[in-house]
Amino acid sequence: MERNKNWGIPVSPQVSVSRRQLKEALLERYTPEMYEKISKGSAAIAGLGGLGSQIAVMLARAGVGKLFLVDFDRVELTNLNRQAYDISHLGRLKTEALTEMLEKINPYLEVTAAAEKVTAENAERLFREFPILCEAFDGPGQKAMLVNAVLAQCPGTIVISGNGMAGYSSANAIVTRRKMKRLYLCGDGETDLDSGVCLMPSRVMACAAHQANMAIRLMLGEEEE
Amino acid sequence: MTVNGVKKEVSAQMSLLDLLQQEGFLTERIAVERNGQIVPRSAYESTMISPSDKLEVVSFVGGG
Repeated sequence: MERNKNWGIPVSPQVSVSRRQLKEALLERYTPEMYEKISKGSAAIAGLGGLGSQIAVMLARAGVGKLFLVDFDRVELTNLNRQAYDISHLGRLKTEALTEMLEKINPYLEVTAAAEKVTAENAERLFREFPILCEAFDGPGQKAMLVNAVLAQCPGTIVISGNGMAGYSSANAIVTRRKMKRLYLCGDGETDLDSGVCLMPSRVMACAAHQANMAIRLMLGEEEE
Repeated sequence: MTVNGVKKEVSAQMSLLDLLQQEGFLTERIAVERNGQIVPRSAYESTMISPSDKLEVVSFVGGG
């Protein structure tokens, strides 16, 4: 029986993987053209909760070249039902915990982070150099503030926003829509914490997956929702 | 004019802020595109609506 090739990597916790090995592994899944575009891709993620932490993990797995993570908060126990963190991260800054996790997925990913609160005043400085911003904040006021600031002040940035993923109704309601020239909305557009009562990992991750998928599509030159 | 693709009759000399409030939008939770251009929040009150305007208003809900 033929065994799966393991890229000559010994199974050991001390395993180290070269950049070439990771590239070859991704080329088993992508065409060279796709690999080139995705590995040159970059995105900023604002908010590292249920949406943002999972978006970051997906983009790191996809082989995106550069990520910028922004959140001022620390990991707490109530986060673990839907966010990418684990028990060992409790009490730590989300930027630090997530950077460590991403480095374990792809040590050649260029990760930068800012543990600061985003405001209408600093949004331009934080995000203007990024072609893609995944908005993954919690509160509707914060979401609107960030989207308004970036669309008005960062002409080269496309925003992919999470909008409605609470509760446990059908995941089929979660969609991606291009609402403006530089704004895509992912979610059901309706359920917030007041109406949905709960935040389920499955539904939050379905929304995060829509956002990550749209980011990858943009990196590959696809603008359709 | 149209708001999110739906035709609306508007009275003359109406500001964007008046229209948004009349339509029931919570101005702290929205983003507005007017004829393909984002309208900064600070300009809602000073922007006068024209009958040929196409508005796209996005309302944000919480959770993330």
